[in-house]
Amino acid sequence: MALIALALIVLAAAPYWGDRQTLRLLAEVFTFVALASLWNLLAGYAGLVSVGQQAFVGLGGYLLFALAMLADVHPIAAIFIAGPLGALVAIPVAALIFRLRGAYFAIGTWVVAEVFRLLASQVSVLGGGSGISLPAAVVIAMAPSRQMREFEIYWLALGLTVLVLAAIVVLLRSRHGLALTALRDNETAAQSCGIDVTRIKFLVYVLTAFGTSMVGALIFLQKLRISPDTAFSVNDWTAFVIFITVIGGIGRIEGPIIGTIVFFIMRQSLADLGSLYLLMMGAVAIVVMLWAPKGLWGLIAERYGWQALPLQRRLIQNDTRTS
Amino acid sequence: MTWLNIILQGVLIGGLYAMFAAGLSLIFGVMRLVNIAHGDLIVLAAYAALMVTQAVGIDPLTSLILVVPVMALIGYALQRGLLNRTLGDDLLPPLLVTFGLSIIIQNGLLELFTADSRKLQAGVIEVQTFQVAEGLWVGLLPLIQFIVAVAVIAGLQVLFYRTALGRAFRATSDDQSVAQLMGLDTRHVFAMAMALSLAIVAIAGVFLAVRANFDPAIGPARLIFGFEAVIIGGLGSMWGTLAGGVILGVSQAVGAQIDPGWQLLAGHIAFLVILAVRPQGFFPKVSH
Amino acid sequence: MPEPLLSLRDIDAFYGDFQALFGVSLSVSTGEVVAVIGANGAGKSTLLKCIAGLMPVKRGDIRFAGMAVASAPAFEMVTRGVALVPEGRRLFPSLTVEENLKIGGQCGRPGPWTLARVYELFPVLAERRHLPSTSLSGGQQQMAAIGRALMSNPHLLLCDEISLGLAPIIVRDIYTRLPTLVAEGLSLVIVEQDIAQALKAATRVYCLQEGRIALQGAAGELTRERISAAYFGV
Repeated sequence: MALIALALIVLAAAPYWGDRQTLRLLAEVFTFVALASLWNLLAGYAGLVSVGQQAFVGLGGYLLFALAMLADVHPIAAIFIAGPLGALVAIPVAALIFRLRGAYFAIGTWVVAEVFRLLASQVSVLGGGSGISLPAAVVIAMAPSRQMREFEIYWLALGLTVLVLAAIVVLLRSRHGLALTALRDNETAAQSCGIDVTRIKFLVYVLTAFGTSMVGALIFLQKLRISPDTAFSVNDWTAFVIFITVIGGIGRIEGPIIGTIVFFIMRQSLADLGSLYLLMMGAVAIVVMLWAPKGLWGLIAERYGWQALPLQRRLIQNDTRTS
Repeated sequence: MTWLNIILQGVLIGGLYAMFAAGLSLIFGVMRLVNIAHGDLIVLAAYAALMVTQAVGIDPLTSLILVVPVMALIGYALQRGLLNRTLGDDLLPPLLVTFGLSIIIQNGLLELFTADSRKLQAGVIEVQTFQVAEGLWVGLLPLIQFIVAVAVIAGLQVLFYRTALGRAFRATSDDQSVAQLMGLDTRHVFAMAMALSLAIVAIAGVFLAVRANFDPAIGPARLIFGFEAVIIGGLGSMWGTLAGGVILGVSQAVGAQIDPGWQLLAGHIAFLVILAVRPQGFFPKVSH
Repeated sequence: MPEPLLSLRDIDAFYGDFQALFGVSLSVSTGEVVAVIGANGAGKSTLLKCIAGLMPVKRGDIRFAGMAVASAPAFEMVTRGVALVPEGRRLFPSLTVEENLKIGGQCGRPGPWTLARVYELFPVLAERRHLPSTSLSGGQQQMAAIGRALMSNPHLLLCDEISLGLAPIIVRDIYTRLPTLVAEGLSLVIVEQDIAQALKAATRVYCLQEGRIALQGAAGELTRERISAAYFGV
């Protein structure tokens, strides 16, 4: 725990020791950790594999632009409004796609993302098919100087990611979390213990949408420009996230963190290989999925019994002697 | 253009969508596997046809003679070498491995062929049309496509219900262990199913290549059309899949007529409405 | 003395970490009917699955028709001439009665058993040949399951609890057909909870208790007391 606190302090102080490049890179790392952790919660714990989370990343982005440009909401406040709004949208979406099971559910989420993308292209006031840039007035509202804005974005990214991770840990430590772990281990058995499987999955889906929308809003606040293709890109918001989580380790909190670090190391060292890079990521993901299904963290944790965050519930043998 | 004409065009393209769907639902039926790379394999077949027509100089429809067996072989090898390892109780491995495969195929094609749009020329049959009734015109190529689609589905029905291989498929799908007690090597049965699926994918891919422009990125959309056709029609029913494809095609055609930008959206909305109102599809044989 | 048709030596079998069989040895000679009895969970079905190739064998060997087959998978065992009638019948629900029989013969082994002969043995199946297998009653399903196994023309037929869930009169009816099978040259291993029926049908008996052979001998020689003792581990 102390190690984590130290790391957080160092990271929070980054604007003072890091240059602009580093800050941008770190912010990107944080947003991917958040997105991957949310996807991990959905797939690794609730068993809901979604290849359509880009729907909420894009939704969050468009909500930010809409709120800031059309409703005069302060962009930072807009991020925090995008969350609940995204969750609200997730409710009818879930009601629909929960009628599908397994892999068909996954494709269903993709269809939803496509629908969002097509709808976004129809909204001309937000740029239609070609997209739109955030007006200068809105940008200035964040902070007067560019440096200050970059600092703000950085701290927002860090803060939001910590918030998302903390929320996930809290959820998993609660009784809902116990139910989720039971679900992950054996869904039928969990059901026969009286756990309302559908309700939990629904809850997790909506909460994940909440978090993903907020992160999406932040991502596009940083980018300053949005378009349907970038907002709802499968490659950027789903493929990378899935690869990160698979390589890091599904169903473990530490997985997405490790996975993101590995992903970014690979990205920096492989520089600009374009589609070849994606191809390799796909191959690595397949290899990991087949031969190391618990991911890198799974391998390490099992070897050394480590655990970064206190999440394991252990059976304590009751001492039958009276004290 | 009269509405009847539009609906007719929608019906005809529905045949192509049904072919996208047939391969998908075949392997789901036999081994409960949903191949996320299915659409990209259709595009791969299109590029294979491109290479064959360029190398040998034959027309696209004739190239089927080479493309179909090649794709079938790829299917057998893919299943036996890779996908058989993903089968089991866990949902994640087949999904994530086929997703990885999808990304690999898309980017592999991108590297080999660039993002340029291509199209195969089938000659005069592409533009030939004939009048069916007053104000009702049918293109020769779309009609051929539809007839082939119906033939494929009819062929699948015959295969499944009147041949030993079909019996093996159904038995393995019912109960893998007991199927082994019949002397069936399930690894081989699954590989044959995938080979068959990709043979159909090959036909669909060649027709796609002739009908419209294609590039490495259009795979996922084909997967989605196939998937929507399967769900609309109802799981487990081949003729239902044809109906699903037709309904999807007609929805898209109607949407396009209202506003060209609405074509895809209309199809998705029709799918979502049917999912909401009749989630089991129109002709279901099995439950989800 | 000729080598027995089937011989198991010191077989250990596991379900994950749980050991189900401990050093089990057993043999079946050509033309014999061997019964394996024991309480629930004693390991009888596990034993048949090991012979049929559905379960891997951790230790020990299995020899069938002079060949070592401990590591042979199920689909290979069928082509060698071992057929299993699985516990609970497990006909294929998507197939008709006749299709179930046909798929039993899919491996194409030559021999006396054909569709016609199976229908001769079980006429009630011929009447329902084109109906879905799920429409059969329990007893009829059991006959179909046996017929399906016969279609592969095995040398050795393994029957896992064919009396399970069936009325006594039906069980007796099915057991009257077994001598016909033996007369055709088949050897049988019958796993049964119905001890009386097993003893009547078998020439030799093994009793399994918690994964170990507790008793073995000729069916006629074993007394009721000895069997109870072995069965219940008293």
